[in-house]
Amino acid sequence: MELRRTPLYDEHVALGGRIVPFAGWELPVQYSGLIPEHTKVRTALGLFDVSHMGELRVRGAGAVAAVNKLVTNDVASLVDGQAQYNGLTNERGGLVDDVVVYRIAADDVLVCVNAANRDKDRAWFEAHLDTSDCSLVDEGDAWAQIAFQGPLAERALAPITDVAVGGLANYRFGLGSVAGVAGCIVARTGYTGEDGFEVFCPAEHAVAVWRALLTAGAEAGAVPCGLGARDTLRLEARYNLYGHELSDETSPWQAGLAWITKLDKAGGFVGQDALRARRGNEATRLVGVRIEGKRIPRDGMRVFANSVDVGFVTSGTLAPTLGYPVALAYVHRDHAAAGASLVVDVRGKEAPGVVVNGPFYKRSHSA
Amino acid sequence: MEFPDRLKYTQHDEWIAIDGDVVTLGITAFAQDALGEIVHVELPEVGAAFAAGAAVCEVESVKAVAEVYTPVGGEIIAVNADLDGSEDTVNADPYGGGWLVKLRCADLGPAAALMDAAAYRAKIA
Repeated sequence: MELRRTPLYDEHVALGGRIVPFAGWELPVQYSGLIPEHTKVRTALGLFDVSHMGELRVRGAGAVAAVNKLVTNDVASLVDGQAQYNGLTNERGGLVDDVVVYRIAADDVLVCVNAANRDKDRAWFEAHLDTSDCSLVDEGDAWAQIAFQGPLAERALAPITDVAVGGLANYRFGLGSVAGVAGCIVARTGYTGEDGFEVFCPAEHAVAVWRALLTAGAEAGAVPCGLGARDTLRLEARYNLYGHELSDETSPWQAGLAWITKLDKAGGFVGQDALRARRGNEATRLVGVRIEGKRIPRDGMRVFANSVDVGFVTSGTLAPTLGYPVALAYVHRDHAAAGASLVVDVRGKEAPGVVVNGPFYKRSHSA
Repeated sequence: MEFPDRLKYTQHDEWIAIDGDVVTLGITAFAQDALGEIVHVELPEVGAAFAAGAAVCEVESVKAVAEVYTPVGGEIIAVNADLDGSEDTVNADPYGGGWLVKLRCADLGPAAALMDAAAYRAKIA
């Protein structure tokens, strides 16, 4: 498969980004270094090119109802300018993807999908979206997306946008201009566990917006950040990554996504019946594991309880902010309660750990 | 990047320094740069014996792990315990404070086949 480049590829190269293949795209894994980039987002401000993410646009009087029938959360509860995290489920209750649904207007919905799933999700929407009262357009190539993340994000962004970012609550967004570029979406969302924004802008103006954001963030010490820091930040915040924690077979129950699964919402959704049947009847579930010592669990490593193989790691890293390794793992439900002792087999050596609930890292300051 | 002339270099991006029958082993500036910030080093026990070509330890960054192979067989006589908590010394000073293990080697024959600095520079170019 030919690797694709985002509109910001030349910027990454010019800034010294180390380019790697990811989900079919050529993107920077790091610039100055993973740990300093990670720390900068936790303490000040960092920029990420996330233009590889896909966007599906559903427009028409039936847009909200049609999208609501494909996803697990209740899109009908949204108001204009509100975003919502969602599972996109198949008939078996497995996750086709995890997505964010943006209600732009009652007749205009944007669905942000994972880069690796762009083609699959478009095909899924084409096959399952009721388009009797709305239409579907794949706008994935029309948008660039830049994540502007860190406690200083609002202060740096406010002077260069006409969106009232100071008044934006978490998971709210506004339409307007950024750095003079009209037609942008500024959302108080992110994948880092830190305060911040995701800026959608027309792809042809991506370079201008990227440079303006870097300049606006200069006083805050903003740095460009790569996929490496994006992964360690999301793991500390315990956000799932499709292809690791989530798959077409995984249910939202197993993945800890019951909070976005509304079985009783009006109108129902694809996979609803299967999810009703699966609820409480699944042998494994996703857990967070705090590791003792310094060995770092990695994707695919086996997990043991009392020397019995009870599951496998889906993601693991040293948590730079916390100073110890953490992992996400699917384990048998008998060993999934907080406080349970587990041991990860790290290339033949033991990495003991304990199951913990909730995010590994939770920010103290709030938006 | 610096590749001191006093060292010998392997295909797997290790370096060795030979002092009598004692060999000091580490990873090159190229290797540490490719790995990124080192956060864990899994060192062997002193007294453990390794054949030429065996993996003696692991060097791990946030994103990746690399096994470190010894090009000469021998017994571990020292490990760099100072790296515990200061693993990034392997990044900052790969040929000095970032050394990994010392082996006592009865047969230094395999070292003759290793690259000098110029050949190693050419390999990674």
